Amino acid sequence: MAVRKTDLKWSDVTPKAVFMNRRAVIASGGAALLGLSGGGQRAFAADKLNAAPSRYSTDEKPNTFEEISGYNNFYEFGLDKGDPAKNAHALTTDPWAVQIDGLVDRPGSYDLADILKGQRLEQRIYRHRCVEAWSMVVPWVGFELNALLARVGVQPGARFVAFETLMRPSEMPMQKTSILDWPYREGLRLDEAMHPLAILATGLYDEAMPKQNGAPLRLVVPWKYGFKSIKSIVRITLTADRPQATWNMQAPKEYGFYSNVNPNVDHPRWSQASERRIGGGFFAKRQPTLMFNGYGDEVASLYAGMDLTKEY
Amino acid sequence: MARALPQGGALRQAANGTLRRVPVWLVYALGAMPALWLLWLIVSNGLGFDPVKELEHRVGKLGLQFIVAGLAITPLRKLTGISLLRFRRAVGLLAFGYVALHLSVWLFLDIQLRWAEIGKDIVKRPYITVGMLGFAALVPLALTSNDLALRKMGARAWQRLHRLVYFAALAGAVHYVLVVKAWPPEPLVYLGVVAGLLALRLRWRRRHAVA
Ligand code: HEM
Repeated sequence: MAVRKTDLKWSDVTPKAVFMNRRAVIASGGAALLGLSGGGQRAFAADKLNAAPSRYSTDEKPNTFEEISGYNNFYEFGLDKGDPAKNAHALTTDPWAVQIDGLVDRPGSYDLADILKGQRLEQRIYRHRCVEAWSMVVPWVGFELNALLARVGVQPGARFVAFETLMRPSEMPMQKTSILDWPYREGLRLDEAMHPLAILATGLYDEAMPKQNGAPLRLVVPWKYGFKSIKSIVRITLTADRPQATWNMQAPKEYGFYSNVNPNVDHPRWSQASERRIGGGFFAKRQPTLMFNGYGDEVASLYAGMDLTKEY
Repeated sequence: MARALPQGGALRQAANGTLRRVPVWLVYALGAMPALWLLWLIVSNGLGFDPVKELEHRVGKLGLQFIVAGLAITPLRKLTGISLLRFRRAVGLLAFGYVALHLSVWLFLDIQLRWAEIGKDIVKRPYITVGMLGFAALVPLALTSNDLALRKMGARAWQRLHRLVYFAALAGAVHYVLVVKAWPPEPLVYLGVVAGLLALRLRWRRRHAVA
């Protein structure tokens, strides 16, 4: 079994058995995996991001790379969970620029390299809870959104942060349809965006982000339903007013602006009281959904005094 | 009875002649193939990363497809003269079988008999409410899909009862539309087909009443 020295960092944050297993699989069948992920981008050992461990990581067992990159909601590439892995290879992620504008001191179009410059990449192993009542554990790599906001200088009047996904129908085929109001948009309240748990992720499993997971830059807000964590971001705007959010516009009764994970607020389609953890196989037991996806200690104070059954 | 096509037609006669020689058990056997295929996918890990959802979706879709097939039998006969009437009971029972499997997957593998959530789901989740109504409508139809029941009830009452399938089909299709997020085309196509098959009957009925 070939366990590489450079992977030692991983053993700090991944249960040993899982870690060894993964390496063994990759060592023996890297090419096969490449095929399996359907042309989805798979970084090689040389591209290790060497992210530092973080105290915000859960010690729960992460889902496999294949699960995380093979089971996605990314409607730009298709409606089935397997579609993004099949179709996202068409996405050009280099060059990539992010327009940062609105109420900031240093607005402009920033090259991705510029955005990443000086940011300390961390390994954040987060629970990920989809509004469809399934969940995963994902070892993201990224940096805190507040670090980027600090660099561009947030002006006093700003109260919200708006995000936009790339609009490029030639590479994102579903954007030729009107299944959603493109481009995909999301937003956070400024204090949510400043929270240390909110990260901009550039990879997972210490490797560059697979395209189907939102390469090259995506948001991860682990205490909210997955659709808030917008992928393939090309624009970040600081605003005074609450920005538009795609699913919220589509069906405001179903997808609130906050969309915090909340087992007590019912969704018209899915009971949110419990969830199925992907990867458990056919007879995996459902598990109870935790308030704020288990991040209540960290984030509950953001919502003090709010009626979360109304502001869902 | 209104017929859209002339009675003759060598093609129709040939088709019906062949169909008469097809044993009904063959339809049951063919109809069971997707279930066997799914069983194989289960044991061979072929249902993807979320096998329970995938199975739930597949048997639900099969249930709806068999319902639609059952509904198409009469229009097919009226429009083309080709008669599949002998197989209608088999198609109906297969539909019920897949819907029952669908409900079982939900109960045992998906929601896992968490009764508090099940109760809430049935009352509060419109797609579950509608699906349940559809299933409830299919139960008496399945129970009376045998010669004994037909004889005991008499043809008229039996026929009247079995019009419930119109309701079940609509419920199934609406349920599918309610399940999905946004407005993808596929469930709308199913709803359209069901609505079309029902509309044909309304038209024939009206013409029948006038004639
Ligand atoms: C006439 C009866 C029914 C028919 C024809 C039917 C058909 C369907 C179809 C076609 C789907 C979507 C499959 C897909 O997306 O590929 C579906 C999904 C589903 N159905 Fe049914 N169904 C029926 C009754 C029920 C009942 C009684 C229940 C449970 C109480 C139920 C629970 C579900 C669930 C949980 C889903 C999946 C929702 C999700 O994706 O989260 N259905 N059904």
